Amino acid sequence: MAVLTASSGTDSSPAKASGRAGALHRSVQRNLTAHGFLIGAVLCFALFSWYPMVREVIISFQKQKAGKTTWVGLHNLNQIVNDPSFWPAWRNTAEFTGLALLLGFGLPFVVAVFMNELRHARGYLRVLVYLPVMLPPVSSLVLFKDLYNPNYGLINRILQLLHLPTSGWLQSPHMAMLAVVIASTWMNMGSATLIYLAALQNVPGDLYEAAELDGAGLLSRIWHVTIPQTRLILSLMLMLQIVATMQVFVEPFVLTNGGQGVDGSTTTVVYLIYQYAFNFSNYGAACALGLLLLLCLAGFSVLYIRLNRRTEA
Amino acid sequence: MRRSAALLIVGALTVTTAACSSSTSNKAGGDSGGKVTISIDCEPPTSRPTQRQQWADDITAFEKLHPNITVKSIDTFPCETPELFTAALRGQTEANVFYTYFTDRQQVLDAGQAADITPYVTAENLPVKDDILPSVWDAMKSDGKIYGIPRTNYSMGMIINRKLFQQAGLSPDQPPQTWSDVEADAKKIAALGHGIAGYGDYSAGNNGGWHFTAEMYAQGGRMVSTDGKKAAFNNAQGLSVLQNLHKLRFTDNVMGSTQLYKWGDLQKQMAAGKLGMYIAAPDDITYLVQSLGAHYEDFGMGPIPGAAGPGVGTLAGGDDYMFNIKDTPAQITAGIQLLSYLWLTEGQGQQYNYARSKASGQAVGLPEPELFRGVTAAKDAQLKAASATMPVQDFAPFVNANVPGVTEPPNAQAIYKVLDTTMASVLTDPNADPHKLLNTAESQVNQVLANAQ
Repeated sequence: MAVLTASSGTDSSPAKASGRAGALHRSVQRNLTAHGFLIGAVLCFALFSWYPMVREVIISFQKQKAGKTTWVGLHNLNQIVNDPSFWPAWRNTAEFTGLALLLGFGLPFVVAVFMNELRHARGYLRVLVYLPVMLPPVSSLVLFKDLYNPNYGLINRILQLLHLPTSGWLQSPHMAMLAVVIASTWMNMGSATLIYLAALQNVPGDLYEAAELDGAGLLSRIWHVTIPQTRLILSLMLMLQIVATMQVFVEPFVLTNGGQGVDGSTTTVVYLIYQYAFNFSNYGAACALGLLLLLCLAGFSVLYIRLNRRTEA
Repeated sequence: MRRSAALLIVGALTVTTAACSSSTSNKAGGDSGGKVTISIDCEPPTSRPTQRQQWADDITAFEKLHPNITVKSIDTFPCETPELFTAALRGQTEANVFYTYFTDRQQVLDAGQAADITPYVTAENLPVKDDILPSVWDAMKSDGKIYGIPRTNYSMGMIINRKLFQQAGLSPDQPPQTWSDVEADAKKIAALGHGIAGYGDYSAGNNGGWHFTAEMYAQGGRMVSTDGKKAAFNNAQGLSVLQNLHKLRFTDNVMGSTQLYKWGDLQKQMAAGKLGMYIAAPDDITYLVQSLGAHYEDFGMGPIPGAAGPGVGTLAGGDDYMFNIKDTPAQITAGIQLLSYLWLTEGQGQQYNYARSKASGQAVGLPEPELFRGVTAAKDAQLKAASATMPVQDFAPFVNANVPGVTEPPNAQAIYKVLDTTMASVLTDPNADPHKLLNTAESQVNQVLANAQ
């Protein structure tokens, strides 16, 4: 690359041109291995990521009828916006994301801080915390479905023993989403906890010692040392969790037997995309909604980058 | 070494890409020199060795009869998974002769994947052509052209658990005929205790809307107007469907407190002896026995209940085979001849070789399919009775009621999705207001239908 840049002058004499070609040839030859590996990765991304994305954008402006594909402009977009499930699905997705961040972002951090403070049994606890991640998601969710069962579920049994009011959980329009979030957090918090723990272990110990000498308590140490020192990883995890939680599908799909729940309380945007594509065979509408979600998530990403830059500045 | 590895990876990817692009070709094995090769899906899986062997035997016998035809069987179980089917249509990777439900026709036509087989549906290729019920042929047609060959059909009734009926002091030979009967019987069954529910219904996975439709038809109602542009269920009949269910769930408390059931859930309860009755097609009994280990003699069937007697209509459907748009005339002809041999000839093939089915321990005697009329229907009844492996009189109340079948509405799945929410509310909310629920569902279905125009 350096050779190419150096030779990109305005002199166009044959000797110079021949020199440039030779340099290019040498550069390609020298980097053949790198290019070989790069082509593999680029091909994979092109085939399985970029091409589907481009197709998604194209299909979202098309309609298929009697085997003929026609351009329909914003018809698909208009159709999905007028679907009675459209706004509830976004509302539910936002509710899931909000609750999942509240639980799924905060809880792993608290657990990681707690584990970091421990002197013994750290290894065992790490295994315990990470264990749910290793279970296939559907198995975990089927277990939760039984736990939430209003007739014989363990959760209601415990509540009864404690003389506390029971709930219909997944069968209640008010509790269904919370129940989905709890299951999702249990399934996924292991990875986040270990990442936070790794970040915490990189915080220099002398900072804590200095804080302790200054009379800082546990909360003060967390607020003034831990959080500033792990800000980068915290903000990155926040961004990743927003992107992941807004694409929630498996949890409501399994827990509420098809994703809608009572009063459509667990219909999410990705579930709606699935319904358009596979229940209604309307790929145009599915892609249009997928495109909206993509734009929404891209917006979050841009916001994240800008906020990050501003903080760094 | 590293360079070789890189080149190897690039080479492998190129080969994989080439292999992927060629795998979608469906022309392979068409006609050559009078020889025809056709592929057909829905071959029974290896997990059902008896059925798979019988399929292989039938294919061998067919190829012997037609030496110019080679059949390539594709193992798919279940025969259609909606997600995979939709993706296959999109990718144009269906078999030459591919399995569909009656309700898939418009989807396949929209995808441009259906061959018009009208000129090939002749008495020579399909001898029972004129004995297939006109209503069944109607389900195969669009704009007067034939796009499919029927395989099986069904209509919905009430499956009852004979054992629980007996334990509750009810006569299992007299299943309920009206919703009042359902209520009375369900109360007695639920009174047995031990977590037994008297009646069960769906409210998830779009199955709730599906059952609402069946129960609406039984009341004499329809889901959409005759032009298919407006919802037609927000009326006394729709209200009656919801009020019946709400009463069973909350006033009579005979449905258990767990709801949001979809297909498969009620079957498990029924097979385990925890459910008195639910609405279903007769082939559910096969599933209860073959997949869930129940016994045929434990179940009976009555008509779908109506307001003052058996329902005035019931939801009917079925499955069929369609032909790939890329099929040659010779492949279509061979395909129809194969389907005739496998599925539509009395005394032979997968469906009507009752003697073989009985000898191999399979079920004979269920009141479906009902594809034929005239001589073929009479012969079918005679052969079935001769080889019956179950007490066919247990299905007599269903068969004798002869409730006329009504096909599913247009945009069925989208409508079912809306009504799923209605069913879920009425079965989980003690304070649910059926009027309000129907108003909401009506406006949502109208929106769905307007979007589909």
